[in-house]
Parts: sequence; structure tokens; C-alpha cells
Amino acid sequence: MFDDFFTRALIAGIGIAIIAGPLGCLVIWRRLSYFGDTLSHSALLGVTLAYSFSFNITFSVFIISAVVALLLINLQKRTKLAGDSLLGLLAHSTLAIGLVLIGFLTSIRFDLMGLLFGDILAVDVEDITIVYLGGATILLILYFIWKSLFSATVNYDLSAAEGMRPEVSNFIFTLLLAGVIALSIKMIGALLITGLLLIPAAIARNISSSPRQMVIIATLAGVVSVIAGLFVSLEINTSSGPSIIVVALLLFIISLIPLEIKGQLQK
Amino acid sequence: MAENNNLLVKLDNCGVYKSSKWIVRGISLEIHKGKIVTLIGPNGSGKTTSAKMILKILKSDEGQIKNFASKMAYVPQKINIDWTMPLRVVDFMKLTSHINNLEIVDALKLTGVDNLLYNDIHNLSGGEFQRVLIARAIAKKPDLLVLDEPVQGVDFNGEIALYNLIKKICSTLNCGILLISHDLHFVMSATDHVICLNGHICCSGTPRSIVKNSAYIELFGEHNATTLSLYQHDHDHSHETDGRVTNNV
Repeated sequence: MFDDFFTRALIAGIGIAIIAGPLGCLVIWRRLSYFGDTLSHSALLGVTLAYSFSFNITFSVFIISAVVALLLINLQKRTKLAGDSLLGLLAHSTLAIGLVLIGFLTSIRFDLMGLLFGDILAVDVEDITIVYLGGATILLILYFIWKSLFSATVNYDLSAAEGMRPEVSNFIFTLLLAGVIALSIKMIGALLITGLLLIPAAIARNISSSPRQMVIIATLAGVVSVIAGLFVSLEINTSSGPSIIVVALLLFIISLIPLEIKGQLQK
Repeated sequence: MAENNNLLVKLDNCGVYKSSKWIVRGISLEIHKGKIVTLIGPNGSGKTTSAKMILKILKSDEGQIKNFASKMAYVPQKINIDWTMPLRVVDFMKLTSHINNLEIVDALKLTGVDNLLYNDIHNLSGGEFQRVLIARAIAKKPDLLVLDEPVQGVDFNGEIALYNLIKKICSTLNCGILLISHDLHFVMSATDHVICLNGHICCSGTPRSIVKNSAYIELFGEHNATTLSLYQHDHDHSHETDGRVTNNV
């Protein structure tokens, strides 16, 4: 069953979409979309380092993303620059460092396009194992910190006052985000990961009325986008990562229709 | 604490220092089970900051806090829930505790909004939202309840009913209550201990004693202060516009 490259791509992609569903909702609720972007930019640096020292890519990207996330939290305490400026600073400087380092790696043939947009059709059984083991770990941790994380998303003070320890769950959540980016960079690529986090969650918001519903719909929308995107890419020979995102965008446009109808009815 | 097992929180000379000035300083107070303590004071006098210190949201930069409360519930002054978060009243009620729908409805009935159980939280009016906030805190059955301006936006009759509810909750749950309120009538008639804040504790005591205190009268003006009692005028200090104390003995 795993022999076929297309089946492997489907299985890996569905795995990523399932992890991205709940995390994507949290990214949207917490207005962290640019934060996700920054982490994925810095992921490029992680990949370069992995090539330089022949490390495991997933591991290296996770470490770099986590370091950047923690740097951000630290910087926020030290300066009064706005969050988005700090994110930009980190995103572009890590991206630049990554690109400068690539220059030194003349001995290795480097597929920059593959890094930016991923290549889900090239995944092997080992990649799939990493996605599912890593994904299960991420979802399990998320399950345990969900109540704390969710309450802190609604109101931090309330969560802190009522003993939910939001500072701990916020910290763990940051690491989980770094984790999902590390798991998916090889397949979706640095530029499109945030899209797979955000768009399914945005689709879900348009048509759901409770948080649980939104998480479920976001996950389903992600899975559908991956499956349809991959079949489209196979059918009309387009690159797979971008095809997945384009399908997600189409679903988003469709999800606006019920919202529109509801608006009309309320008039 | 062996000598007083009704004690929930004790602050000893606490304060919060932020952006190179003291927001509040020298706060000492005690909250006991079954008693209502109220904080009153003008805007920016550090009422909310003091409450956050008690709730362990903010750390005290000096002094000592002892907190024996096992379960605290909080009604914050302001909550903005972003539209991106789809949230119904029932979801919000379960935010920090595992309670079933029956308990939720019971709590919502107390504040008169049980009909809103499945309503979208973004479509509630200010007063309705405030009632949901109070119901959520009560449903937790806390031993320390902190309410920061709990009746803002509630209509006049509702206000009286909610204040009576708060008083009732205090005795039925035998919980300690810290209340921040501008409603001097309620504060003076129904609470056990009043603390008058203006960056520091200007004066404190029973409502009966506080209305006679010159610091209280200075903060709230003669008209308001005299609604409940006559008083003697004898200032021992006055305030700059930023709340700093200048002695004029």
C-alpha cells in the first residue's frame, strides 16, 4: 500500500491536516498568523543547518523554530517595539541568515524551490512514521493543555485567576507550533505551512457556532483540501503543495455563502 | 492558619511597581469566609490592580501575600471576546471548570439569563453579558469570589437584584467576596469591610466608621458621603492630581 508515491503523499498530507486543524484554530483565535509565518521563515535556517551538519531536518527545524519562538517571548519583555515589528525582525533576519549559509554550501546541490514549497510527492515511509508519531504526540499534549490554553485565549486574567496556569500552557503551545512546522516543512514548504494552518480554520469559522465544531470542521476542511489538492495536481500536473492551498482557498470562498445567506435573512 | 481558619487571603504591605512608579503601595487587608470586603476609590486608584494581586495574576513587588483560598472565581471588569472565536454562553460557562448543563442552567437562573444558554456570546447586550459573567463565577462554587464592577451596564432594578444575589451567595456558599464597586449605597448597607483606595489605603473599616472618615469624604465629596451619615471634618492629608499624598497637618 505504501509502495505508491501518491498513496504515501495522501497519507502524509492527511496526517499533517489533522494536526493543523486544532492548532490552526488556536492560531486564528490568538491572532498569531504572522507568528506562524515567522516560525516557518526561520525553518529555512533550520533546514540549512541540517544540511550543513547532516542532522535530521525535522529535528533541526523544530529546534530552530522553538529557539526563535522563545527569543520572541524574551524580546517582548525587553523592548517596547510592537509584536509585529519583532516578528518581522526575527522572520527576515533568520531567513537572511539561512540564505547566507546556503551560499557556503556550494558542495551540496540545494533545492530552494523544494524548501519553499515542499515536495509531498517525495515522502518516504520514514517521513510518514515521523508525521504520525510526532502528530500523535502533539495532539495528545494539546488534549491535556486544551482547557488551560482555551481559557487563556478567551481571557488571560480569568484563566490565571482561576488556577489554569496559562503561562505554562502558552509556553507549551509555542513549542507545539514549532513542532507542526517542523513536521510539515518537507511536504508543504516554508511558504505554505501557515496557509494550511490558517485557511481550514478560517473556513471553519464561517460555518461553525461553537469552538468544538470549529476544530472538527477545520480538521475536515484540511483533510479535504489535501485529498482534492493532490488529485488535482496529479490530474493536471501542477505542483502539489500550492494545489492543496488553492483548493483550500476555493473551500473558503464556498464557506462564505452560508454567512452571506444568514446576513440576508437577518436583514 | 490555626488561629483563624476562616482567613482566605492576607496581604501585608503589598504593592505593584510598573513603568517606574508604584501603581498601588502599602496594601494590607484580610478577606474572611462569609464576609464581603469592598474596594472603593476613584479611577486609576489601583482597585483592579489590587484585586489582581489578590488573585495572583500580578505579583506583589513588596510585602507578603498569604492565599489560603482553594478555589477562586473572578468577574473581570472588561472582557473582549474576538469574533474569530465562536462561543456560546454554554461554552463560556465551562471555560475553567467541568460542570454539567444542569449546574449551568441553575447558575444562569440565579442571574435571570437561563434563556440565553445556547446564544452566541457576541450577540449579548452589555447587561446580559455581565449576568453571564456573574453566573459563571457562581457556578464554580468558589471559596473566594472577586467581582470587579459586576453590575456595569445592568438596568437599575437588575442592579439591586444582583447585589442581593451577591450577598446571598456569600452566605450560602460561605465564601469570601472581594467587591469593587462604585455603588456607595450597596457598599455601605451590605458589606462588612470597606477599603478606600487612592494608590494606597486612605482609610478602611466598617461602613459605619468609614463614612465618618475625612479621607473618605474628601475622595467622594460631601454630597455622596453625607447620603448615609453625618461626619466630622478633619483632613490629615490631601492628594495631588496623580494620587500622590501631601501631608497638610
